[in-house]
Amino acid sequence: MGYNWNWGVLLQQEPGGTGTYLQYLLVGLGWSIVTALSAWLIALLVGSMVGTLRTTTNKWVVRLGNGYVEIFRNVPLIVQMFLWFFVFPELLPTRMGDAIKQMAPPWSSFIPAVLCLGIFTSVRVAEQVRAGIQSLPRGQRMAGTAMGLTQAQTYVHVILPQAFRIILPPLTSEFMNIVKNSSIALTIGLLELTGRARAMQEMTFQVFEAFAAATTLYLITNLIVVLGMRFVEHKVRVPGLIAVGGAPMAGH
Amino acid sequence: MDAGFDWGVIQRSIPYLFREGMTFTVTLTLLAMSGGIVFGTILAMMRLSSFKPVSMVAGAYVNLMRSIPLVLVIFWFFFLVPYIGAWVTGAGSPIKVGAFYSALITFTMFEAAYYCEIMRAGIQSIARGQVWSGYALGLNYWQTMGHIVLPQAFRNMVPVLLTQTIILFQDTSLVYVISATDFLGAAAKIANRDYRLIEMYSFAAVVYFVISFSLSLLVKQLQSKIAVIR
Repeated sequence: MGYNWNWGVLLQQEPGGTGTYLQYLLVGLGWSIVTALSAWLIALLVGSMVGTLRTTTNKWVVRLGNGYVEIFRNVPLIVQMFLWFFVFPELLPTRMGDAIKQMAPPWSSFIPAVLCLGIFTSVRVAEQVRAGIQSLPRGQRMAGTAMGLTQAQTYVHVILPQAFRIILPPLTSEFMNIVKNSSIALTIGLLELTGRARAMQEMTFQVFEAFAAATTLYLITNLIVVLGMRFVEHKVRVPGLIAVGGAPMAGH
Repeated sequence: MDAGFDWGVIQRSIPYLFREGMTFTVTLTLLAMSGGIVFGTILAMMRLSSFKPVSMVAGAYVNLMRSIPLVLVIFWFFFLVPYIGAWVTGAGSPIKVGAFYSALITFTMFEAAYYCEIMRAGIQSIARGQVWSGYALGLNYWQTMGHIVLPQAFRNMVPVLLTQTIILFQDTSLVYVISATDFLGAAAKIANRDYRLIEMYSFAAVVYFVISFSLSLLVKQLQSKIAVIR
């Protein structure tokens, strides 16, 4: 087919002088994971809060939560990435905006990427948390109230511990989604795994070796996360509490 | 921003944005949806097959597609398709494919994996008793599938399939990475030419939001209309 395979390219030095191309890609994987973990912190925190608030009885709080979810769910991630990178610093007070823009790379793209991925995923986490809470029998909440717990106490001690166990599998796939979605940060100049594979392709013209190596690294990451989460699921399992089979969900 | 905002740039570029950009986006979405559903149905039937090798091949394909980022898949196909094209046509060197067909093949192949999972879940959500009663009535496999399982499964699936299509519509904006002129690509070109990044990207966000949100409201309405009452 006229393509010259050369797997040895992975062991050649990359021009930046940081080591071989393989090391170059591995550092990229490191950036993907650090970005994903930082964003996951935001997503879990904000998502749990918004998701919980949407199940309360206060009408305005529920509406506010719904509005938040709809806004961030209906704009493509790459557009949100541009908004955080180009538009967000302009909306801040001048001095703060300039400080963000003048940060040294990779931080100038890392921070917008983390904020963007965190908020984007928080919406999906919020949906899961809400679904998890609503899948619990009403009796749980009533029993909490009957025992004299306040609404907040009922949530903390009765509802949320069960809901989070139920939604552990979908949360695992949301985490994998963040790792995958962090690749979109290459559009604002963050050299994570996909970005580095692309850069390697431009420097060496070995397209398929670069992409195959990146694909393999993603697959390995996926496998480790899935196995790790299976272990966690087993650890926190409550005998007798059977996870409710979720409805098929759309995703990307 | 000492130059201030110039929202007039949006008005001036609207014909270009919609005639060039949105046409690309919508065509790509609709074609990839049709292709993805067809290929996805085939994959779902393969995954549910009782013949092990067939279900394993389909399973491996779906899991591979779902484990790697869409951006990487776009890059893969962008470089791979010319070689496949050369191999199919027997040409000596990689053939030129162009961003649109490359993107169309990418999204069809990628979304098929997601459509497949939705359909598999939909088919599996039908109680086994339905299949058995079909067989008990003397129907064969295809008749049972066609008259009993699929019509019920389809009712459960349609809202999710449409939601997936809204996601596909948003995801097509990622063709930005291969410099195609979809709606976002067109906006980015104007933004960089006139240095109006803020205005153009904000406008793009609003347009995507209005379209996706209206479509999702329609899906919700449809869902309540066709839901099977149990």
